[in-house]
Amino acid sequence: MTMSRLGTARPTEVVDRSSKVRFRWNGKRFSGFEGDTIASALAAAGEHVFSRSMKYHRPRGILTADYWDPNLMVQVGDDPNVRAGHRLLEAGMDVRAQNVWPSLHRDIKALNGLVGRFLTAGFYYKTFMRPAWLWPTYERVLATFAPGGRIDPDTPHRYHDKRYTHPDVVVAGAGPAGIEAALAASAAGARVLLVEHEHAVGGHLRYSSSASARAALAELRAALDASDVEVLTDSTVTGRYEDNWLAIVQRSHPIAVERLIKARAKMLVVAPGLIERPYVFAGNDRPGVITSGAARRLINLWGVRPGERAVVFAANSAGDAAAADLDRVGVEVAAVIDGRDHRRVSAAQGSPKAVEAVLAGGSRIEADLLVVAAGWTAPTSLLNMAGDRPVYDPAAARFFASDPPGNVLVAGGLAGDGSLDELRAHAAATGRLAAQRAAAVAHRLQARTARARPAEGAEPAWAPDERTPLDRDPHPELYRSDTHGMVDFSEDVGSKDLVAAAREGYDSVELAKRYTTATMGPSQGKLETVNTVAAIAEARGETIAEVGTTVWRPPFAPITLGALAGRVFEPVRVSSIQPWHEANGVTTILAGQWVRPDHYGDPAAEVRNVRTNVGLIDVTPLGKLDLRGPDIPKLLNLLYTNKWSKLAVGKVRYGMMCAEDGVVLDDGVTGRLGPDHYLMTTTSSGAGAIWEWVENWLQTERPDWKVHVTPVTTAYVSINVAGPKARELVGRVSEGVDVSPEAFAYMEVRTATVAGVDGCFMWRIGFTGELSFEIHAPAGHGLHVWEALMAAGKDLGVGPFGLEAQRIMRLEKGHFIVGQDTDGLTLGPSTGLSPLIKLDKDDFAGKPELAWATERRLPVIVAIQPDDAGVVPAEASQIVRGETNEILGRITSSRLSPTLGRSICLGQVEPELAAGGTKLTVLLTSGERISATVMDHHAHFDPAGERLRG
Amino acid sequence: MLLVPCPNCGPRNWSDLRYGGESHARPDPATATPLQWRGYLYLRDNPAGWLRENWYCRSGCRRWFTVERNTATNEFRDPPMPGDKRGAKA
Repeated sequence: MTMSRLGTARPTEVVDRSSKVRFRWNGKRFSGFEGDTIASALAAAGEHVFSRSMKYHRPRGILTADYWDPNLMVQVGDDPNVRAGHRLLEAGMDVRAQNVWPSLHRDIKALNGLVGRFLTAGFYYKTFMRPAWLWPTYERVLATFAPGGRIDPDTPHRYHDKRYTHPDVVVAGAGPAGIEAALAASAAGARVLLVEHEHAVGGHLRYSSSASARAALAELRAALDASDVEVLTDSTVTGRYEDNWLAIVQRSHPIAVERLIKARAKMLVVAPGLIERPYVFAGNDRPGVITSGAARRLINLWGVRPGERAVVFAANSAGDAAAADLDRVGVEVAAVIDGRDHRRVSAAQGSPKAVEAVLAGGSRIEADLLVVAAGWTAPTSLLNMAGDRPVYDPAAARFFASDPPGNVLVAGGLAGDGSLDELRAHAAATGRLAAQRAAAVAHRLQARTARARPAEGAEPAWAPDERTPLDRDPHPELYRSDTHGMVDFSEDVGSKDLVAAAREGYDSVELAKRYTTATMGPSQGKLETVNTVAAIAEARGETIAEVGTTVWRPPFAPITLGALAGRVFEPVRVSSIQPWHEANGVTTILAGQWVRPDHYGDPAAEVRNVRTNVGLIDVTPLGKLDLRGPDIPKLLNLLYTNKWSKLAVGKVRYGMMCAEDGVVLDDGVTGRLGPDHYLMTTTSSGAGAIWEWVENWLQTERPDWKVHVTPVTTAYVSINVAGPKARELVGRVSEGVDVSPEAFAYMEVRTATVAGVDGCFMWRIGFTGELSFEIHAPAGHGLHVWEALMAAGKDLGVGPFGLEAQRIMRLEKGHFIVGQDTDGLTLGPSTGLSPLIKLDKDDFAGKPELAWATERRLPVIVAIQPDDAGVVPAEASQIVRGETNEILGRITSSRLSPTLGRSICLGQVEPELAAGGTKLTVLLTSGERISATVMDHHAHFDPAGERLRG
Repeated sequence: MLLVPCPNCGPRNWSDLRYGGESHARPDPATATPLQWRGYLYLRDNPAGWLRENWYCRSGCRRWFTVERNTATNEFRDPPMPGDKRGAKA
């Protein structure tokens, strides 16, 4: 086969012959024209081999010359798996063949073809199973055989975007039917989004030679330009989900490389047209064997003569049209084999650049091109995704929709056959129906939005489908000739492999597909699904309808990971003190959505400063719920395990929350600011979940209780002032509060003016184990309060401390952290806080489980010190029995204590190991075993708590 | 993506809400047997058909509400008002 550019331009041509585009192909200089695809430019330059097949490394040329062409996957610069049949040529492109070594034309792995009989279905599964210890070696070697392009880890990040839209009608496919449906829906008042996979609208009219088709296309384009329809070309409706939530990949955005559009369509019209199906016979994957669509696209869109002497196998009018086009541009049509007359092509053979067609019966025709029009695949993907199970019609030799949901309509070739006028009339009726139903959906949605603008008038009736159904043209069932050939070109799966798979017992389509990987390659079944089903049906001696098809799932066309990731909408939260942290050498840590100070260079020094002088930590992410109302004590009694009825105004209490299964959920302190006013704090990570938990109880179980909950986590900046000199420092900047120990005791709360800021409150608590005042100031004044404290405490040695120092100090004090020292199985009593679980209360969350838990032997949280003070076992190190691997517990927290100059831990152990003085064996990650001792108290430091009460 | 009819905010993407699961009555903790309590914790009817279930409008009005959904078709019945007490199954 010798392809070349035609001497004169075709009237339908999309290339601009006056505008030359230079590029490289496998390192050599090439040129094409503006409007060429990579493949059309290479074809025009006479290239006939574009890739090597996946398993056997057979040379492959153009098959369909469009997006779905499995043989045209190339590398463009750092971009792998580019579809050369679709991607437009750009100046300077560095295009290379993939999966070839050392080169496209001399590929050593083509030897696989010689041993092909060993590479049948399941070859890898069967051959590389044993011995298991060789798996890593197999993997390394086989990976070099894997198809696909080269990924460059230094690829620059490019901009991907997302868009959200709520059109009335989305039309998938802008062939004549899609355009007509979009125009009719728009004319009926609907907001319409028309999505076309190709670079231009028009579908098959774009490459049709007939004058009437050209006129129709011009008319449709003009009407589209004059309409309000939004048109997206080079974009694909790639997924349809519940309630017509559509994923649309837009590859034609002017700035973003790709944009993922999430469209909530009231109605979806599916009009993707039909995809031409290859015919299975020996040599059907040779370069020079192409579909009729490929021939017509090459000639009419890009002005490429696909060969010099052609044999055309035509089972339908598309084949006739291809023969006419070939003849029109001077390709000698040696023979037209009419598939409607039961004539068949048996094989394609010959030297590399020739295609000798062997007909059933044995006669041979010399040629360099074999054009095949054997039938159609109905791309019913979007219907499958909508829950429809398409059914096979043997008379028409393709699948049709059975019963899609009412908000999904079908138009065009997917719906049936007819003249262009008949198809357009049907599509227009479809568009009108879509607009009517969209109005009804819109009204229903509006009516359900109780507090928004009310829906006007009565809901429009759900329009019945009164379209005249399209006829179905008879078509011969042509799947396999009397020889075996390629079924899945992407995966190198032949009809023989499928027959063998069926014989081995993989005779359901879903099994055979996974076993042979047929339909699982980049073509996503568009070309090969029906041939796969036909091969299985033949092997089972059944009909295609009996075998049924696989379910097409999203995506219709592949989506890049970049498009899926797109722009990230996750907010990043910082406290208003963040500028100070950044100006003072902070190292931050991401905790949920919060950026928090981890340390300012030396956490151990921060610990020592807090233990000797005074330090400030920004604990703004601490969850804070403002509670108001007379029934708050009842609520607290229900949520916490301990009792809250007698908490006086000005007092603060610690509480633990358990879920209904008794597992520790959260903990924190709650203070009573006034008779009916409390402030509840939660862990930082639990802030959101506990708010929902509280609302759930109040709204569903106790709706009669009078409590109003307001989340104020971000309304206040929270600063913990900790250290022996904390009282001195807080006293210097506060007004309206007596900070003396007599007036403001441990676990009390006061309102105050701090650094001139009214409306602050502060409480004395002690997570660090030091005298500490936690100041909550209105968020906008947080930075000011922090700076005032820093300035006022200069002579006291005040300094900041971060999360790491706080974690060390709380571990020195033996305070557990929910989620760190507890997990999803840790019941309340395991924490050692059983005295806080008041089973004599009438009811509280998790009470029955906690009552039963007292009768069970549960793991216990204990303080542990390694006997070698210098060894810090990694968190999650296991505690085992002696030299065995019997697990008796684990280390949940561990640090080197700057205060004690030794390693300290918290851990969970079996109850028989919980007594103080028990010797433990800890298995380090290195495999070494060390001995450690269980402590009498959770607190490694100041167990009596004298410092924090001072 | 499923549209869930919040009684305040109207139909919203389910990702705007938290799924609260099958609606079921909480047994009286004073008298519940372990079997009853653990049925409440862990056992779900999971029918292919109409189901009373709870949703939390976490990105909108912050209301927990109960609706009936047909799990086979994802059709919703008109929701009751928010604050609807979890109760007997439909």
